[in-house]
Amino acid sequence: MLDLKMPVWGTWLMALGFIAFIALLVLYIRRHKGMSRSLFASPYTLWMIIFTVLPIILIAYYAFTDANGKFTFDNFVTFWDSNHTMNKQLIEMGFDPAEMGGGRGTVNLDTLVYSLWMAFLCTLICLLLGYPAAAIMADRQFKLGATLVVLFIIPMWMNFILRTIAWMTLLEDNGLINKLLIWLGFERVQLMYNSNAVQLGMVYNFLPFMVFPIYNALAKQDVKLFEASMDLGANRWLTFWKVTFPLSLPGVVSGITMVFMPAVTTFFIPRMLGGGNTEMFGDLIERTFLTANNWNLGSALSLIMMVLILLSLGLLRKVDPDGEGGSML
Amino acid sequence: MKKLAFILSIVLLVSLFPVALAQEEVNVYNWEDYIDEQVLEMFEQETGIKVNYINFTTNEDMMVQLRANPGAFDVIFPSDYCVERMIAENLIQPIDMSKITNHSEIDPRLLNPDYDPTNEYSVPYMWGTVGILYNSTMVEEDITSWASMFDSKYAGQVFMMDSYRDTLGAALKYLGYSLNTRVPAELSAARDLLIKQKQDGIVKAYQVDETKDKMVLGEAAMALMWSGDAQYAIDRNADLKFVVPSEGSNIWVDPMVISSTAQNGENAHTLIDFLTRPEIAKMNCDYIRYSSPNLGAIALMGDEYMQNVVLNPSEEITNRCEYFHDVGDFINVYNTLWGQIKGS
Repeated sequence: MLDLKMPVWGTWLMALGFIAFIALLVLYIRRHKGMSRSLFASPYTLWMIIFTVLPIILIAYYAFTDANGKFTFDNFVTFWDSNHTMNKQLIEMGFDPAEMGGGRGTVNLDTLVYSLWMAFLCTLICLLLGYPAAAIMADRQFKLGATLVVLFIIPMWMNFILRTIAWMTLLEDNGLINKLLIWLGFERVQLMYNSNAVQLGMVYNFLPFMVFPIYNALAKQDVKLFEASMDLGANRWLTFWKVTFPLSLPGVVSGITMVFMPAVTTFFIPRMLGGGNTEMFGDLIERTFLTANNWNLGSALSLIMMVLILLSLGLLRKVDPDGEGGSML
Repeated sequence: MKKLAFILSIVLLVSLFPVALAQEEVNVYNWEDYIDEQVLEMFEQETGIKVNYINFTTNEDMMVQLRANPGAFDVIFPSDYCVERMIAENLIQPIDMSKITNHSEIDPRLLNPDYDPTNEYSVPYMWGTVGILYNSTMVEEDITSWASMFDSKYAGQVFMMDSYRDTLGAALKYLGYSLNTRVPAELSAARDLLIKQKQDGIVKAYQVDETKDKMVLGEAAMALMWSGDAQYAIDRNADLKFVVPSEGSNIWVDPMVISSTAQNGENAHTLIDFLTRPEIAKMNCDYIRYSSPNLGAIALMGDEYMQNVVLNPSEEITNRCEYFHDVGDFINVYNTLWGQIKGS
């Protein structure tokens, strides 16, 4: 059967390129008995060029061109005023844009602000829930700590789409929770189809990304530091604020990054748990590419998203300049 | 090193020519799970032609692949509105209807459709309508009009489709306009209606694939739905009823077409002829449970199918329905308005 995702010659070209690359690498290593470090980094560099740098260049190309491939800023203007391209087309087709009855032009912008707000809330909730959880798991006196770690990891072996669908069967009007409530004699509550359900799905999906970096930072702390602090007369609270917490900050910063980034680009969860009533920026990008089939506007929106993420990463690096939290992506 | 190079070149050579030259074959490009697999086996046994069955997930994706890989596909199953564009772009060729011996079995009301007015390029495969699926235990009246979907009495009880042409289409029809309108004032009226519907809390959710199972469970009173999905839900919950509203709606056909770059044109005709054979069309209809355009198949399926108003709507119903057209440059207007609705 044909591989339709890529032209056949493209597959061959890539395979040949890869084989040639490996052959050259082997030759090079044989000739230079002492293997240099940069050499070992080269497959990774090649990988990054093919799958990260090239796509970004393509996205930038699409973002700054129109459907005919001509240079334009229209896609970015359409981000600020979602009616911009439509009005331009209407005028070209001989209509008066005023006939459209002045639809709200801030749709794309509002969606971005809403996404940032949801991601901020999600990160905050994950931090408030995740720090104590990580502290409990890292506590050496707590025997079940290792079990908890495993229990946090196991759900991650399943695809997040499946886990989100599982939440639907719980939250639906005829879902398990409502069935239980009715059986207990309570009124039915609408749990799904709103942003609270979306937030729940986001926190559920992203919580492990907050817990594990903090857990790592806490687990590798030397007990002697804690003991020293206690010996010097600090109580448990003071020890936590002066010793444990500051030392766990890299983990916290890393956790915040790991949660905020996927949270702000969330898609699918709003469609499933929110019933598509509250669209997030990830959904908007997906819809622009797949439904509206407008790769130019979709690329512009993606580029804006990327710049925002880079900015927030830069901000976090100010907090954690050594990158100890492993937030260097 | 030499040995390795030798082995590699052999592997490359062998895999560059994977096709056994003598084998007759036909490359079919269709939606996933949109044919009874047994039918394909029967075709292979009867004719000795090997079927390479390839799936696509959206019409847009299919068009991109078709343009990029000339000669890769023979028989394609696009949606009706795509046929127009495929004819205009010269992507499909006229079918020699004299080779489709069962063509007389096709329901005449589906012939010479808007998307292929001369009936040269396409043979209907499956068809259906769009309407309201409602739960008779959750509404007080018989639903007959789109008006019910915009009635605040059903607040929080209506599923709309997360598909801009279908949802905007329902609003346009309710207002008495064409599904394919290019009049800004009509489109903006439909948009305002849908925004009001959302802001009044009438819409419970915008979704596509999940709706039918949710309707079976009684999650909402009403849903905008394709007739085939409606039949799926009705089969599983007898309280559900389907109606094509009196203001009119959308009728759709998924036709079979032959690519203009087909490498196996003869075999493509043989396959289309095979698929329009009444017994075979019946097998596919039983499997997919959409409406069959094949009168012979309908006769074989008997009373149960003929009296089913969902799958076999009367001419009075189909006459008030309209096909989707490719709206050309206006598609961006539709999408922008849809964005305003989703973001309201």
